[in-house]
Amino acid sequence: MVRRSADLVIATVLFFLVLPTLLVVPLALNDASYIAFPPQGLTLRWFEAYLSDPDWRIATIFSLEIAAATTVVATIVGTMAAIALVRGKLPGKALLQVLCLGPMIVPPIVFGVALYLVFSPLQLTGNLPGFVLAHSVLAVPFVVVIVSAALERIDPLLELAALSCGASRLRAFFGVTLPNLAPAVATAAVFAFLTSFDEATVSFFISDTGGKTISRKMFEDIDFNLTPVIAAVSAIVVAVSLLLMGAIHLLNGRQEQQ
Amino acid sequence: MTSSLARQSAASTFRGLLTGSSRHYSPLLAILLILPLLILLAAGFVYPVLRLVGISLSEAAPFEPYRRAFENPLYMQVLLRTFRIATVVTFACFAIGYPTAYAIAHMRGRLAKLGMACLFIPLWTSVLVRSYAWIVLLGRNGIINNLLLDMGLISAPLKMLYTEGAVIVAMTHVLMPFMILPIHSALRSIPSAYEQAARNLGAGRMVAFRRVTFPLSLPGVFAGCVICFILAIGFYITPALVGGPGALMMATLIGQQTIVLLDWPFAAALSAILLVATLLLVMVFRRALSFSKGLNSVH
Repeated sequence: MVRRSADLVIATVLFFLVLPTLLVVPLALNDASYIAFPPQGLTLRWFEAYLSDPDWRIATIFSLEIAAATTVVATIVGTMAAIALVRGKLPGKALLQVLCLGPMIVPPIVFGVALYLVFSPLQLTGNLPGFVLAHSVLAVPFVVVIVSAALERIDPLLELAALSCGASRLRAFFGVTLPNLAPAVATAAVFAFLTSFDEATVSFFISDTGGKTISRKMFEDIDFNLTPVIAAVSAIVVAVSLLLMGAIHLLNGRQEQQ
Repeated sequence: MTSSLARQSAASTFRGLLTGSSRHYSPLLAILLILPLLILLAAGFVYPVLRLVGISLSEAAPFEPYRRAFENPLYMQVLLRTFRIATVVTFACFAIGYPTAYAIAHMRGRLAKLGMACLFIPLWTSVLVRSYAWIVLLGRNGIINNLLLDMGLISAPLKMLYTEGAVIVAMTHVLMPFMILPIHSALRSIPSAYEQAARNLGAGRMVAFRRVTFPLSLPGVFAGCVICFILAIGFYITPALVGGPGALMMATLIGQQTIVLLDWPFAAALSAILLVATLLLVMVFRRALSFSKGLNSVH
């Protein structure tokens, strides 16, 4: 009996954890123009409203561009750094490791305000270079942590074996280590993309009227102009996040099977 | 001729390997590999944060903004409220999260996968989406109020949104996975033989838990609490959206000072206070945090 009621409590907690995420789907399909639950008839008009609104479209495309560029920068820079940290004879390694994780520790509000202060005189607010710089800083710790962890598991003797067979450093790395590392690099890239696409606090501060990310536009609409279109946008954002999460899951599953 | 040369060079390379000199990349190569990251962090992180802190000290009277923050009862209230809300949220996350982590750690097969999915789905759902969902749930004409009205439990809608309670509920929901994941991984790493041994020696279920399992899970508990508290004191989005003027927190205050009032030295001083509080917490609890462990549990 105690066991049964404890299970019930746990099930309730787990349900409440996913409830807010799942709630946006019925809200987005609801025909009423106010928040009604259960839905009063089904419609896709809020999705249509989203797609036909130029403001939303511009913000979405801008966010996708930023996330794509951030993924490239953070994945390359982070993977190189992870190799140096795990395999390199590097002076001050411990300090460098702490520095790499710094962007995860500093409160996003402090980071956002600091970037706004430095970026606005340089005209880096509201444009691609500014966002990519900011988001790369936020995404790079994930890449370093994920790739380092994978690299620790790959035996350095494999690379040494290639060297002893006459391969150059470069050839040994690209022929032996990198193929083993690829699933981790791909996982890190997905994390970098999601970090950038979902990031809200820093984006809020370095946006301007001309250059807004989808998260900044969502923040404004939730704050001032609460329409069901927000539910449709939320449903799309949730779908994108869950699809990418599924991709990570598959990548890791394959890695574990090997 | 060529093959003997190749064999010779292979042999000499192998001797080099045995001495361990090529086990690692040379310092020069390592520095070249890490240089792009250092440039990125210097330009996009270290310089801006130092510049912000610098502004708070560059006034004619360098500590004036700090004096204002600590002497004005209004700002003191915001500071104290931030720490109070963070404490309550951390405690709520622990009280609800520990049994949940324990239950998930003891699930098997499909059920365990489902349990983990319930943690990862909210973790990777935008904070904005989750805050929006809480507005819809808690609002004056929201789902909870309508439900209670329909059931006849209340006669007029309750004021739940834009209160401190709403901030606490929504923040607890957002931060819960950060508490459950480290505790879950700590619990999973305890061999089940330990608890069985305690049971064999005559301990009851509760005693075995209290004296064996719980103490061994404490590193996970500390990590979860520190991560939750640190994230909570710097939270911007959720309190800004679901909190009212009476539930103003540090991050929202900093945002107001920069965007609305343009009082940079004061915003910088508040930021520096938040930054120092965070760094102190990280330093004090560094061992419990053991970052790579805490972060690996995120995916």
